[in-house]
Formats: sequence, C-alpha cells, structure tokens
Amino acid sequence: MKCRVCKSLAVISLPRHNSAFCKEHFFEFFYNQVKKAIKEFRMFRPSERILVCVSGGKDSLSLWHALTVLGYPADGLYIDLGIGGYSEKSKEMAEKMANLLGRRLIIVEFGREYAPVNVVAKRARRSECSACGTIKRYYFNRVALEEGYDVVATGHNLDDEAARLLGNILRWHIPFIAKQLPVLEEENELKKKVKPLCRLTEQEIAAYAFLNRISYIRDECPMSQDSTSLLYKRALNLIEAESPGTKHFFYLEFLKQRDIFSVSPTNHDRTGIKRCEICGSASQTDICSFCRLVSYLQPLKT
Amino acid sequence: MIKVVLHNGRTEEIEGPKQVRQILKELGILENTVLVARGEDLLTPDRIVQDGEIIELIPVISGGFL
Repeated sequence: MKCRVCKSLAVISLPRHNSAFCKEHFFEFFYNQVKKAIKEFRMFRPSERILVCVSGGKDSLSLWHALTVLGYPADGLYIDLGIGGYSEKSKEMAEKMANLLGRRLIIVEFGREYAPVNVVAKRARRSECSACGTIKRYYFNRVALEEGYDVVATGHNLDDEAARLLGNILRWHIPFIAKQLPVLEEENELKKKVKPLCRLTEQEIAAYAFLNRISYIRDECPMSQDSTSLLYKRALNLIEAESPGTKHFFYLEFLKQRDIFSVSPTNHDRTGIKRCEICGSASQTDICSFCRLVSYLQPLKT
Repeated sequence: MIKVVLHNGRTEEIEGPKQVRQILKELGILENTVLVARGEDLLTPDRIVQDGEIIELIPVISGGFL
C-alpha cells in the first residue's frame, strides 16, 4: 500500500478512511484528529492547566505525548492500585514518560494507603473494574482540585466509547447514554473532564506509540480480562472488519444526534451536589462513592 | 518458514512467502486487533513476508472502563 499523501510505502492502513499513510503523514493524521476533537468539543486552550490520567498503557501515554507535541503542557497523574507486578510495571512506564517529556508526574499510592483494589472489590462485593473506576474518578477530581488543574484528560479512545455506547444501548441505560460525551463541563467542584483521543481507534493509538517508541505496558490488566467491555469491543471489531467505518459512524453520529436521548434529571446528573460527610468532597449522596467503597475496609484497619 | 511471535510469548510457524493478511487469516486474528511489526517497521496487510523472516503481532485492545 502507498501513502495517500506522498505515495511512499505505507506503514498503516486505515480502511475506515479508505486510506493508508507513511509514518510522517500518519502522525499528521493523528495530530489532526486530536486537534479536531479538542476544537470541536471545546476541550481546553493551551493556557489551561491539564492533568492527564496515566495508567502506563498505550492510550494515556500516547495522549500525554501527543498533547505535549501539540503545545499543550500537561502533567500526569498515576494511581497505584496495588495490583502486584502489573502496578509496578505500569508505574515505571508512567515515570519513564514523565522523564521523557520533562513534566511532573503525581503518584497516588492507593494500594499502600488502603489495600489492593482486588481486596477492596471483594470486601465491597463489587467487580474489580467497578471499584477501580470509583477510585480513579475520585482521585482524578480530588488531585485536580487540590493541585489547581483546569481540566482532567483521559485516554479513552473511539473503541472504548463505541463499546461503552453499545453496552449502554443493549441495556437501554438512557441516563448513561445521555451523559456519554467527550466533554463533561466543570460543575460544583467536579472538574472538567475530556477525552481528546475519542476520534482515534486503539489500533491507530498503538501504531502511534510503536512508531514513537513509547514504552507502555502491553499486558492486559489482570483484573479486566473478563470485562464486558472486551466482549463489546470484540463484537464491534467483527462488524468493523466486514464493514469498515461502522464503529466511527456509530459513535460520532451518536454525538451529533445525542439530543434524542435527553432525559429528565437523575442521580447521574451533576446537579444537586452535596458534600461528602467523611471526606468533604462533592458528592451526589451524603457519603461519596469512594468513602463508601473504602469503608468496607474498616475491619481490616482495626 | 515464517516465525510469528505472539503476545503471550508463543510462536507459530507459517509457510512463506505470504501476505500479512493471509497470515492473520490463518491464525484467526482480525486485522483491526493487532499491529504487525517486522523489526522496527509496521507492515500493512498487503505486505509479503518471506520464509526465514520474523514478525511480531502486537495486540491493540485494552479493557475496562473508567
């Protein structure tokens, strides 16, 4: 295959765009997609302080790298969940990227301070992925507030968002569907959250990481191997293989037409925010979901 | 034979020369779920791999939502 732009040998084929690109023009395509997402959804300006949530995986590290290249100075936040060797290795990748970019990396030692996420999940009778999500969302917001960041950026990509949309539609979780946006505006001490990679697939992001020689943890999180998100991704990839562009159309067209899912306020809205009676952070209930989760550890601490 | 290095450390041997697309098909792997690398190069599905060459399949799917 030849690069669509310069006709030299292509390094990646993008059937959804009926294109192929050489390394140089793939980077151009990649940065254009990030810039388009930032502009289209009014994510942030270069003058704003951005906190990138890094897991040590390809998506978050590529996001941090790309934002820096594009002139958005961003710092990183890594949350150590105490998943043995996996956490150690992923933290090392995050530290390596911080050194490469010359940016600050904030590390939260959740596993050491409380307990490994699998222990927390077991105590609370929740799935590991659910507990992990609660912990991460809590620290993303808390650290951004405490350290004065304007916006929190995550490495969610087109596959993540399309799979989540499919899952929400299969269960008709209308309030979740209505809130599934690449930007959640700041409100009531909940910092603005953005997903600048929402126009790029996992394969494109993995290619970006590979071609930039970004070291990332390739192993799947041992806790997420049976997650339903992987099932939905497999289903979408099967469809995509037969009908390129479906995934892109499914998610990006949803964003254009999402008003049809508008719903009356529910407990998933950011309105009606209270203050958690334990930690004092913004919460929709008297005790925030993080404090509720770690409260199951109390017997362990005594 | 072409040596195919898989993510889990396993290797497969496939008779060459063969297009990347055909190699993936024989292994039952969707093109959109991996990168195919030969050394420091990425190979598109139409590229031909010769006997004696080594390629690596790098999975691109990560799981879990925040």
